[in-house]
Amino acid sequence: MNWISQIVAVTALNIRTIRQRLGSSAVAVVGIAGVVIVFIAVLSIGEGFRKVMIEAGSPDTVIVLRGGADTEMTSGLSGEEAKLIAEAPAVVRGGNGNGAAASPELLVIADVPKRSTGTDANVPLRGVLPEAFEVRRDLSIVEGRRFEPGRNEIIVGRAAKREFDLDLGASVQWGENKWDIVGVFEADGSASESEIWADARVLQPAYRRGNSFQSVHAKLESIEAFDTFKDALTTDPRLKVKVVRETDYYAQQSTILHGIVRTIGYGIAILMGIGAVFGAINTMYSAVATRTREIATLRALGFGASAVMVSVLVEAMLLSLIGGVVGGALAYLAFDGFTTATMNWQSFSQVAFAFAVTPALLIQGIASAAVMGLLGGLFPAIRAARLPIVTALREL
Amino acid sequence: MKYLHLVWRNLLRRKIRTTFTLLSIFVAFILFGVLVGIRAAFTLGVEVAGADRLVMLHKVGFMMFVPESYGPRMQSVRGVTDVTHSTWFGAYYQTETNFFANMAVDPEPFLRMYPEYIVPEDQKKTWFEDRTGAIVGRPTAERFGWKIGDRVPLISPIFNRPDGGPWTFTIRGIYTAARKGVDDTQFFFDRRYMAETFRGVDFIEGNVGWFIIRVSDPPNADQIAQNIDALFANSPNETKTSTEAQFVQNFAKQIGDIGSIVTAITAAVLFTILLVVGNTMAQSIRERISELAVLKTLGFSDGKVLGLVLLESVFIAVLGGGAGLLVGWLLVSAGDPTGGFLPAFYYPARHLVIGAAMVIGLGIAAGILPAFKANRLRIVDALRRN
Repeated sequence: MNWISQIVAVTALNIRTIRQRLGSSAVAVVGIAGVVIVFIAVLSIGEGFRKVMIEAGSPDTVIVLRGGADTEMTSGLSGEEAKLIAEAPAVVRGGNGNGAAASPELLVIADVPKRSTGTDANVPLRGVLPEAFEVRRDLSIVEGRRFEPGRNEIIVGRAAKREFDLDLGASVQWGENKWDIVGVFEADGSASESEIWADARVLQPAYRRGNSFQSVHAKLESIEAFDTFKDALTTDPRLKVKVVRETDYYAQQSTILHGIVRTIGYGIAILMGIGAVFGAINTMYSAVATRTREIATLRALGFGASAVMVSVLVEAMLLSLIGGVVGGALAYLAFDGFTTATMNWQSFSQVAFAFAVTPALLIQGIASAAVMGLLGGLFPAIRAARLPIVTALREL
Repeated sequence: MKYLHLVWRNLLRRKIRTTFTLLSIFVAFILFGVLVGIRAAFTLGVEVAGADRLVMLHKVGFMMFVPESYGPRMQSVRGVTDVTHSTWFGAYYQTETNFFANMAVDPEPFLRMYPEYIVPEDQKKTWFEDRTGAIVGRPTAERFGWKIGDRVPLISPIFNRPDGGPWTFTIRGIYTAARKGVDDTQFFFDRRYMAETFRGVDFIEGNVGWFIIRVSDPPNADQIAQNIDALFANSPNETKTSTEAQFVQNFAKQIGDIGSIVTAITAAVLFTILLVVGNTMAQSIRERISELAVLKTLGFSDGKVLGLVLLESVFIAVLGGGAGLLVGWLLVSAGDPTGGFLPAFYYPARHLVIGAAMVIGLGIAAGILPAFKANRLRIVDALRRN
């Protein structure tokens, strides 16, 4: 009998008899499934957050900020500077209206009650001019209409409407100003959908900003035109600005939360993983212990020590893979697409997002389950292989 | 306690199982500690907020400034005993990822308002005398290797210096927190440094970020807050005043479900682990029911057998769980694992008590069912079972 068929025979025997050790096998499966659930669920928060942030940017669009500013929130540009930026080369021109697809924008924060808690949250309120709709072509009104220039009207993102107390047709009061909600927009599920938009010309006096903006978002003729555009602005002595691609800007904005979630996720998962390995070791030791006589009989019949060892390892891996798959499936069913809103540490404003259980996370989760199974099965497998045949046969 | 030896021998009969059961419980309670730390971190230390302090912001939102002149005017409101202000400076050290909270304050009144920041007297004095001086919490000082007297350049994306250079501060003091959970990572400097740099820029010179107000009558804080807001109603800069606890709580709620979701998932899984471990412990007693019958035959009373079994499972739980709680506590006390983003990462003492109760509960829960089974069993049946 060759080695492979020995392994297959012993493993098949092991697996068929799992049913008799259901209790202790379930312990290992549950322990490992638990680890995988926590691991995937926590990391899916970070993935989901990063996803909305990354989708908020498109590679041929740039953001121009004041030199030294790290976010739109801390930036500031005068009306004249915004004009100069719109005149830079490589900006898409020839849309309807006055030409350049360069949108000077104002970004402030409005207090809006969160639906889940009823307490005020910092929702980003963006003041835009008609050019904004030229730059963000993926933005579309799904309910109601656009705000009319010059009026105290706002449109709200789909996610903002879902998470915060913003209903179409209602009105909100911020400071001395009352605003009517006239429309709802969507933008491919990106972070823009967490925002409220208003006419910049109305927002400027309401927030005492004179004729100033915070950023200019511009659509370029091509992705490669970035350097031309950037060089033109950074060499202009009248301007002191910083030019970043939208994609880079938003990716950078998600680093803190993503980092926190990863630290927590990996930390908890490693701790729990250690616990689960201990559980698996216990399970496999007792599996070996209850089968001492069977194993000894097999050895007496001529089965090799390595075949017995591999069979124990395979059983441990199998149990842990079941745990991994169950945990992954549960995490996917329970958390994928779960929507919530949190504060983006980098801009102190709210971003709504959905947990994303990505295939990569599922694979990582199941792979870690396999590793736990291997670790948990190793020592019991060695013990099984080393059982002294004669004494083991004599055992009760 | 004369039976302790018997319990001990019982634990040693299957050394491997006992070891791994102990280790599982140990890990579970370390995890409990980490969980407690995360929960505290995501509530931003609301438990340590001053009960007699109010926070006043611009009504439109925290990003709007409040006129500095409001300070003296508030002093006239009944119940207000002290007022100071603070302004978010938003600077970083060397690179943007070196994040820590830094605030422009009025040094003397500020320290009076926050007695939980402890600064040695001599350092206090030199700070008050140096307008470009600053004090910083010990963890942040250690993080960047700053010592007293060091000159540190910070870059603020919000307040760009007119000359375009960095802001240079001299570290005049390193403070410590009087209580656990107080954020001791912050950096405070004299606002006059900023106001003088921006002389003539009204927007910065005459405004502050927010006010902190001490009231003499904390139960009446809500009424005092309303009276303060009424004072500035219908002015161009209306205000919103709330107690510090409400303010922190609101801020924590903004972070939203993330903390509670992480806590909930982990708590659920922790519970499962304990269930599983409890089951293993119960299993090891079930296997020995015939031995318990032998003990009864030898004349052990029902109560004594019950006690022995419970003692054994509680012993295991206390040994593993106690060590786990201790290590968890040490781990969490070592501080924020994220490098400055969760400053309130600490172990509230209350949760040590809860943890200890869980340890005992685990021991009793795991032992009680098999113990009762053993208790009810007739000796003859139990002996025959084998």
